[in-house]
Amino acid sequence: MAKYWNEEMECMEPDKMRALQSERLVKQVRHVWDNVPYYRKKMEEKGITPDDIKGIEDLHKLPFLSKADLRDAYPTGLLAKPLSECVRIHSTSGTTGKRVVAYYTQHDIDLWNDCTARAITAAGGTKDDVVQVCYGYGLFTGGAGLDGGSHTIGCLTLPMSSGNTERQIQFMEDLGSTIICCTPSYAAYIGETLKKMGKSPDDLKLKAGIFGAEPWTEEMRQEIQNSLGIKAYDIYGLTEISGPGVAFECECQEGMHINEDNFIAEIINPETGEPLPDGTKGELVFTSITKEAFPMLRYRTRDICVLTRGKCKCGRTLVKMAKPMGRSDDMLIIRGVNVFPSQIESVLLKMCNASPNYQIIVGRENNNDTFEIRVELTDDMWTDTIKSIEELEKKIAVDMHTVLGIKAKIRLVEPNSIPRSEGKAVRVIDTRKLV
Amino acid sequence: MTVKQLSVFAENRPGRLSAISGLLAENDINIRAMSVADTKDFGILRLIVNDPDKAQQVLKAANCAVTIANVLAIQLPDKPGGLAGAMKVLYDNNVSVEYMYSAFVSEKSAEAYLILRADSNEAAEQALEGKYTLLSQEELLKR
Repeated sequence: MAKYWNEEMECMEPDKMRALQSERLVKQVRHVWDNVPYYRKKMEEKGITPDDIKGIEDLHKLPFLSKADLRDAYPTGLLAKPLSECVRIHSTSGTTGKRVVAYYTQHDIDLWNDCTARAITAAGGTKDDVVQVCYGYGLFTGGAGLDGGSHTIGCLTLPMSSGNTERQIQFMEDLGSTIICCTPSYAAYIGETLKKMGKSPDDLKLKAGIFGAEPWTEEMRQEIQNSLGIKAYDIYGLTEISGPGVAFECECQEGMHINEDNFIAEIINPETGEPLPDGTKGELVFTSITKEAFPMLRYRTRDICVLTRGKCKCGRTLVKMAKPMGRSDDMLIIRGVNVFPSQIESVLLKMCNASPNYQIIVGRENNNDTFEIRVELTDDMWTDTIKSIEELEKKIAVDMHTVLGIKAKIRLVEPNSIPRSEGKAVRVIDTRKLV
Repeated sequence: MTVKQLSVFAENRPGRLSAISGLLAENDINIRAMSVADTKDFGILRLIVNDPDKAQQVLKAANCAVTIANVLAIQLPDKPGGLAGAMKVLYDNNVSVEYMYSAFVSEKSAEAYLILRADSNEAAEQALEGKYTLLSQEELLKR
């Protein structure tokens, strides 16, 4: 059984990798300069040209890109290839107002598939495996990403998408699925359902699971491993950079290897933007050096984590990132979906004519995120009937679902009942213990 | 002719009714009729008081969500069929009742008082005209 999918890249000597990254970076900066006026302007504002970027040591000279840039440039402002050469679009699960859309050429899809193939191989997958993909398919990158990697390896792929859990289990049993890919919370739910159906892991052939798109803990890993009788591997990615497979876990389960031949990772001080040395906690920044259609130079992920270099026990030399320990902005990840408090505020103000005094309560019950939005009722929001309040709750719930992409329980509360700190309402109470 | 009713939104948590009624007591506000409509998460306390404007101010100052609605105060004979007669009149005239409750009555009186909100208070008034006595705020308070 092959241990690596792309041994040359995964086990490359660090010096050689740096040289490869330098060469690709120089080329990529030129490509962006020539094709993306939005970023070119940013470079000009900093007074630099592609000639100033001679290698990876000059990376820090480049301006950052942030989610705000992606919104400003929506929908095609950061596109670096003609649309006629693009073959696919994916979109993030939700941001303030406009969604972020990412474009892919066939070359970009092939490279992405190579990345997810590495992840599946690291989890022990070969062409003899049956891979059940229960990530959502569609604009979300989860389904397509793992599906592509599975096909690339030649695994028998079951494109199940998420939901209909009993059927998922029935397929696992009948078709002998050996690897499952989904969000960790869904994996935990499948484990519970298996038990409820009076079955045990012995009834299945599952051996491994690849789980990502939301934060999860070591305890949850243990629980999933036990309830499904598998080894659980973490996977990391974001639509802006490609999707799942930017980094993946090996059998050591000690951090995720970043596919450095495609993505240069940096850690910066989120306050000052200064690069920080390896081993220091800071914000993760990615530069995609192989993507053609939607190349991101120094994209700020807002994920806080640590990078560790050195040869791993698995033999890979790819730099490892720790599980993200938090965010440098206020983004929440709830049931795998990105939620910004500002989105909630704008729904309340613009769509529902409701008070902007709200509180988000996120918790976890049975390994599933609970999501409640409490909104203070003001005098002009209701008449004196129960019906008027229930209709308001319903309207807010529907509008939130439309904008956020996930359902929230809406609860109207009395004015000023949400605690204030220095005059400002405490916006988020997150009782999930994920770090 | 309608009377002013206060509606107070109260979450279902211990102490809310005590706090609201305590506040009215401190401010010397007399409650002449009341009802509580409840759901799983919240309730609406509806009150007819001697000084609705003052009561609204007091409750607002204490961060309560309060609105004022106009409702009818209907005098009914306090005997079997007293309520049924009024309901029939409204039904015959296609008036729907949104909610209703009884006002405090004195044992000495032969009359009962019903507080009622209809989908159209005007239509309800017209329907009841000549058959029932509708009270003004002042009249209700004097009973």
